[in-house]
Amino acid sequence: MSLRSTGKNRNKEVCTIHRGIAASPGVAIGKAFLLNREAVEVKEEKISENEVQREILRLKKALDETKKELSKIKEKVAKRIDPDHAKIFDPQIMILEDDFINDAVIERIKQSRNNAEFVYKKVIDSTIQILSSSQDEYLKERILDINTVTSRLIYNLLGIKHLTLESIDSPVILIARTLSPGDVVHMKKESVLGFATDAGGGTSHVALLAKSMEIPAVVGLKNIFDQVQNDQSIILDGTRGEVLICPDEETLKEFEKRRKYILKKTAELSELKLLPAETLDKRKIELSANIELPQDTDSALEYGAEGIGLFRTEYLYLAQSDLPTEEEQYQAYQGVADKVYPKSVILRTFDLGGDKFDAHTGTLYEMNPFLGWRAIRACLDLPEIFKIQLRAMLKASSKENIKIMFPMISETEELKKAKALLEEVKEELRKKKTPFDENIEVGIMVEIPSAALSADSLAKECDFFSIGTNDLIQYTLAVDRGNERIAHLYQGFHPAVLKLVKQTIDAGHRNGVWVGLCGEMAGDPLATVLLVGMGVDELSTSAMAIPEVKKIIRSITFEEAQELAQQILNLSTVDEIKKHLIADYAKRFGKDNKSKLE
Amino acid sequence: MVERKVEVINRLGLHARPAALLVQKASKFKCEIKLQKENLEVNAKSILSVMALAAEVGSFVIIKAEGEDEAVAVEELAKLFEEKFGEE
Repeated sequence: MSLRSTGKNRNKEVCTIHRGIAASPGVAIGKAFLLNREAVEVKEEKISENEVQREILRLKKALDETKKELSKIKEKVAKRIDPDHAKIFDPQIMILEDDFINDAVIERIKQSRNNAEFVYKKVIDSTIQILSSSQDEYLKERILDINTVTSRLIYNLLGIKHLTLESIDSPVILIARTLSPGDVVHMKKESVLGFATDAGGGTSHVALLAKSMEIPAVVGLKNIFDQVQNDQSIILDGTRGEVLICPDEETLKEFEKRRKYILKKTAELSELKLLPAETLDKRKIELSANIELPQDTDSALEYGAEGIGLFRTEYLYLAQSDLPTEEEQYQAYQGVADKVYPKSVILRTFDLGGDKFDAHTGTLYEMNPFLGWRAIRACLDLPEIFKIQLRAMLKASSKENIKIMFPMISETEELKKAKALLEEVKEELRKKKTPFDENIEVGIMVEIPSAALSADSLAKECDFFSIGTNDLIQYTLAVDRGNERIAHLYQGFHPAVLKLVKQTIDAGHRNGVWVGLCGEMAGDPLATVLLVGMGVDELSTSAMAIPEVKKIIRSITFEEAQELAQQILNLSTVDEIKKHLIADYAKRFGKDNKSKLE
Repeated sequence: MVERKVEVINRLGLHARPAALLVQKASKFKCEIKLQKENLEVNAKSILSVMALAAEVGSFVIIKAEGEDEAVAVEELAKLFEEKFGEE
């Protein structure tokens, strides 16, 4: 957590920003309400021999009572949220039914003649101790579950009424040291605008529930509770994981805008998210997302991606500036595949310069790295390294939702060689009886003009194409877009580029392979109708562009898109094409949107 | 007594829900069932004990059963591990 002053306020009160873990998105602005729940002190008391039975009875009664409370909360979650979420209370209830523990407690009450709450806590504490020494963060978080149950039980043993959050009825931002899932369920959305806690992590049940109840939350702030006073003005940003105490007017205004913006965006998104990307006459386009690292997957799904159309695996290398091991790669691929299941993910093999693969080659100086020893070219020269990646991909494929894609294929022989290596790895795995998807789809990036021109022959050797327009444009037009003096020549709407795209789609379809497009053009609203009209089956774009592209697809018919494509393909200059597209867009979607295109 | 070594392959390890499933299954058998990870051995019918095993993904657990239905018990519990406790 970091702490810094915004330095803007003129009052005595210091405005501070506290960073925690973003547990549930959204912005809340309001007055602080401190949930003052003193930790109950459990005292050691001695009981006499004839009080033992009464003590055991007291324990059993409290166990029963607590179980009933939790079952009620569980029912409430099942009704208010969904039955699946309600299952998170099963382990908590089972803890109370754990006879191994309960018998140990009873035995100890008999022997040490101590009060029930003291003995129970002692027995539980020894379990917690073992868990807290675990290296696994997720398992460690389960201590919160155990503590929740224990304190509930102790409250009941001591006859203290558990304060439920239903009683909060004016709108506040709740600040607590820790909260239980039961607490969150009792929150009313109108009165708890958001909450912040010292304890907790992003995968806790508290975070999960807050998300599904759409209450913004920041957890894991470590010491927010001691720094806030009741009624202080608070901004809670659950999207960024920040809490601002006593913000000045200007900051308040800014966040009020952000709050409304997020609300509007969320509403738009959730409206579009579950709808398919299909034209009015029901031609379905697979609309998926490009990602660079596994952690991008959540946001891709949030924006309504129907799978991952391009996982740029070289970012695993770039993120740690070292070639990831087979295990690291496997974890990354498996993680993404699990998250998107039953949708699928296309893993593109490393698109890196050859020197990155092989420490022994040293840093290479190449006059023209984009025309050099890279991507599939380097991989084929370094088969032992390449096979590690293929093995990790295959191993992660057992649920049949992974596809493999080779970058920078320039001719059919190359594709055959890459496939032969893949076959070798498959054979090794078969021998070891390691499960993988025997029918895994293999495709190629079509990003070199020679590939587009040989698409018929390439299509016979693979299951799909993904047109990489970024490189296709620069190779077709011989333009390095990074070079400022000629950047204006980099034109996706160049008739030659569009012809290659069209030709690739047609060749794919002639040979029964599906054709996607994963360059920036896929996310350009100006290109959407044209690409649909040219017959593309899939578009993979940055997550954020998905809603806009989906909106366009849902508002047109395939027939009129085809018409537009035909008109465009008959034009002979970039200017004519652009003008036509802009006019068409303005006609369809109104002039308001025109600014977006320029 | 029947014993079998299994690997924890579900991503989140023996956290609360898998532990609950395991205990529910184990409790259906008459035999005594223990789980051992490294040098820690716990009762498989106790959820807190199973959670205390802190078996994360990639760790190995030995299932030990003793009693009339020991063979079936080990078989079915091992299956739970193999099927990743129904997690995706």
